[in-house]
Order: sequence, then structure tokens, then C-alpha cells
Amino acid sequence: MLNLIFYAFAALTLGGSLAVLITRNVMYSAFFLLLSLIGVAALFVLASADLLAVAQVMIYVGGVLVLVIFGVMLTHKPKPETTTGPQAARPNYILTQHRAWLWPLLVAAGLFTAFYSLISRIHFSLFEHRAPFQTSVDTIGKQLMTEYIIPFEIAGILLLAALVGATYLSSQGDRTNNQ
Amino acid sequence: MQPTQQVSIPELIQQVPLNYYLIVSTALFVIGIIGVLTRRNAIIIFMSIELMLNAVNLLLIAFSSYRSDSAGQVFVFFIMAVAAAEVAVGLAIIVMIYRNIRSIDVGLLNKLKW
Repeated sequence: MLNLIFYAFAALTLGGSLAVLITRNVMYSAFFLLLSLIGVAALFVLASADLLAVAQVMIYVGGVLVLVIFGVMLTHKPKPETTTGPQAARPNYILTQHRAWLWPLLVAAGLFTAFYSLISRIHFSLFEHRAPFQTSVDTIGKQLMTEYIIPFEIAGILLLAALVGATYLSSQGDRTNNQ
Repeated sequence: MQPTQQVSIPELIQQVPLNYYLIVSTALFVIGIIGVLTRRNAIIIFMSIELMLNAVNLLLIAFSSYRSDSAGQVFVFFIMAVAAAEVAVGLAIIVMIYRNIRSIDVGLLNKLKW
């Protein structure tokens, strides 16, 4: 039963991420990314990381995906002069060039076998016995505030710098457009 | 470390083998690599990078919950914070590129090629 749920969410994740690559419409691929991120959050729950599943939904689905959709809408050409025919009538259609598929697929298949054989060859003896589970909210909170307090503060500074930088980049574009 | 006596969540994780998580996260990472290598739209390359970050997060969480050690989950927390910062700055850069050259095709950005 639980294996079936795992298979379903794994199929949701992998199918969503494949559809991100396959579809030609950028807006559709953003929504398939939403599907894939929700599948990853469900896999987090199945791996008993409840706090991080909530954080995944809040940060990725609530923040990153909204930003990506804003990016799609801001880079959408209002008047596609170069496109003619039935493809110009589709919404959010952005023309891009094709790339070769053969070499990336070969590289990806090689990397898959390499990564998988490498990771599964590691022998972890500790994994045979599992300690009793405590809910991850308490332990993560304690570890963030005691053991990992310096990376926590550095992450705060990094987020502030990223916000200031993103605001500066966007506002500078406005100023050059107005001149 | 003794075998678990708890009821709900450890049994959840015991029924799904660790190998399945390895396969799923490796496949997700490789799909992200295919996306970066084959697509030319900068935003789709961006989404593929997000997929690769998610694959790494999934692998870290699977290992950490199989060890009942929450240090891996703290790492995933930091990866999420850095990914949020990366998305904010990266999308601002993509929008700036679009304002300058009116396209986000990465094949057109060849001014710095040797």
C-alpha cells in the first residue's frame, strides 16, 4: 500500500519534470514544475521530514514558482512579429532554437549509471538499525539555534544581500528605460 | 541505536527501501541535466536547475531520515534558503537580459565566447 503511494508520487515527480522539458509552452512548463515540486514535497513526507515538506511547499510553490511565472510573463513578447501561422496564435509562445538531443541524452544516461552505481555501492552499516523517530521540528529548531547558528546568520545576510541585489537590478532597468 | 518501537512514521520509512529514493533522486537530477543541456530558453534552464536542487534535497532527506539524524535536514534548510536567493537574483538578471536584447535565448548570448 505504502509502496503504491510512493510509486504514485515518484511518477508524479518524474513525469512532471519530464513534461517541463518536453512541452513547448513556457507557461505550461511552469505549471508542470509546480506538479513536480508538489510530488517532491510528498516524497519528503514519505521520508518522514514533515517540517521540510511544509517548507518545500511554502518556499518553492509559494515563492520560487510565483517568481518564475512572473519571469515568464515579464519576458513574454507582446507582439511576436517574427512568428507567423498557427503558432503565433498560441499564448506565451516564445521562439527558441533547437539543440541537438543525442549528446545530452548520452551524457545524461552515462551520468545516471555512474551516479547510481556510485551511490548504491556505498555500504552504510548504520542504515540497518534505525533509532526511534522524534519529530523533526524540535530537533531542527534546536540544531538551528545551537549547532548551526553561524550558518543560520550567514544565510540571513545572504538573503538580505540577494534581496538588495535583485531590487537594484530591477530598478536600474527601469531607470535606463526612462531615459 | 536499537530498532525502533515507534508506530507511525518510522514504519512509513521502513516500508520504502532506500534504493527507491536513490533511483528517484538520481533520475530527477539527470532530467535536470538534460534540461540544461537541451533547452535554450533561459527560464526553462532555470527550472531545470531547480529540479536538480530538489533532487539533491530529496537524497539528503532520505539519507538523514534513514539514519534518524536531522543534520541532513538542516542542510536541506540552508539549501532552500540559498535557492530562494538564487531565484531572486537570477530572475532579475534574466529580466534585465530580456530588456537589453529582447530575447532570452541563451544561444544569442555569445558576446563573451572566445
